[in-house]
Amino acid sequence: MATKDILSPLPGTFYRKPSPDAPPYKKEGDAVKKGDVVGLIEVMKSFHEVHADADGTIASFIAENEEPVMAGQPLITLNQ
Amino acid sequence: MTRNVKTLFIANRGEIAVRIIRAAKEIGLKTVQAHSLADMESLAVKLADEAVNIGPPAASKSYLNVESVVAAAVASGADAVHPGYGFLAENARFAEAVEAAGLVFVGPTPHQIRMMGDKVSALEAAIAAGVPTAPGSRGRIETPDEAAKVVERTGFPVMIKASAGGGGRGIRVANSRDEFDRLMPQASAEALAAFGDGGLYIEKFVASARHVEVQVLGDGHDVVHFFERECSLQRRRQKVWEEAPAAMLPPDVRARLCQSAVDLAKAVQYRGAGTIEYLYDESSREYYFLEMNTRIQVEHPVTEMITGFDLVREMIRIAMGERLRMRQSDIVMRGHAVECRINAEDPAKGFFPAPGTIDSLSVPGGAGVRFDTILYQGYTVPPFYDSLLGKLIVWDENREAALDRMKRALNELSIGGLKTTKPLHLALAADPDVRAARFDTQFLEAWLEHRATMLENH
Repeated sequence: MATKDILSPLPGTFYRKPSPDAPPYKKEGDAVKKGDVVGLIEVMKSFHEVHADADGTIASFIAENEEPVMAGQPLITLNQ
Repeated sequence: MTRNVKTLFIANRGEIAVRIIRAAKEIGLKTVQAHSLADMESLAVKLADEAVNIGPPAASKSYLNVESVVAAAVASGADAVHPGYGFLAENARFAEAVEAAGLVFVGPTPHQIRMMGDKVSALEAAIAAGVPTAPGSRGRIETPDEAAKVVERTGFPVMIKASAGGGGRGIRVANSRDEFDRLMPQASAEALAAFGDGGLYIEKFVASARHVEVQVLGDGHDVVHFFERECSLQRRRQKVWEEAPAAMLPPDVRARLCQSAVDLAKAVQYRGAGTIEYLYDESSREYYFLEMNTRIQVEHPVTEMITGFDLVREMIRIAMGERLRMRQSDIVMRGHAVECRINAEDPAKGFFPAPGTIDSLSVPGGAGVRFDTILYQGYTVPPFYDSLLGKLIVWDENREAALDRMKRALNELSIGGLKTTKPLHLALAADPDVRAARFDTQFLEAWLEHRATMLENH
């Protein structure tokens, strides 16, 4: 099976959930469609959604919740 | 009581950390700079005598972590802690923890932080000191009946504010009774979720308001003021451009406004640097208490420029147990000062954040120009914190000359490698309404709607 990584569009802090008390957007094994929100990046106190750029199933999270990330860094691996 | 302070621990980052280090060094203190893993190369770390790692990049795990900051301060052998602004500066539990560890907190007492941090108890203190407050509930609204009585008295529009909010957060405007009835439950639920306290209060909404604020210093006994600033140019309730003094304020109103700030600070035996914020209604010449900030503020340099005092140095001296070194009659304002916040944001693209590496830097100079910055050539601005790169401050004999000088200084400023808000400030400095000081707190957002294309970085 082919895999594809979802990359961080921005440098900042990666969040897997919309707010600290909310459930994560997606978990391992979830199906995603292109355009689905899979996480948030906080950059300079503003929040930006991370969208899946392809259909697939989440194989694994490469970046942890609240992990600092660079632009272009792989966040999530999708099985396609 | 004089406290023997030799080493100051700076529990903050960015330009205010640099500002504090400079003030501390001038009075012979050793400086220890706290830093996260993302700030190891910061200018503050380079300028301080020592630097201590307090945790990972996320502020919640470093600059906002009370236990790790206090432990690092104690381990460094520091005698005093300066909290700067933001982060833990207005956290009473932090001030208590610093004092409990036997260190001096450079700021007010935990009780003063707590009282002014709760909007309702702050409002009650203002009313007790005779400071004008906007018509409204004068305290927490407990029942819908009570709320209905208040709005019958004030009329519409009204603002619904979260008791635990601040800095513009947790505010809704209702234009009619229907809207009011719909918004009240929402506002309470949101306040509970955001601040852990669903308490609300109500204030009459002033349609065309200007933001003015008075700088005070207290030593726990006496209080003096350093006149006012105007910070009406705001975007998303964040100040963008500040001035001192407030150009439109008649002298008699200024005198009463500044005295009211002293009255409030004296009534609570205020210690340290503080700012009392007001809404000013130009048409009625009335001013209303908004809130008191119990810390040094970002825009303090414009006050320093028109009065000649070093506010950060004075607040450290006060924390060391000294009495105020100036009387009110020693504080005279002269000329006009303007501050532009230079942020790493692209004003042509909705102020999208623009962290990055500084590949070239040219800093303005000359008479009456000051640039308080975190930048040096080769520095990489981290994405984890606010976007403030520096504050360009100018002084001149009068407002018109200050605006011309600001334009000149902005043109000298060149920051290569990332987008900044410099084009916004150049456009504002040339704008006829800004030049005539014709603006209110709603002005900038409306102004920006038509001008994004003018604000490209070149």
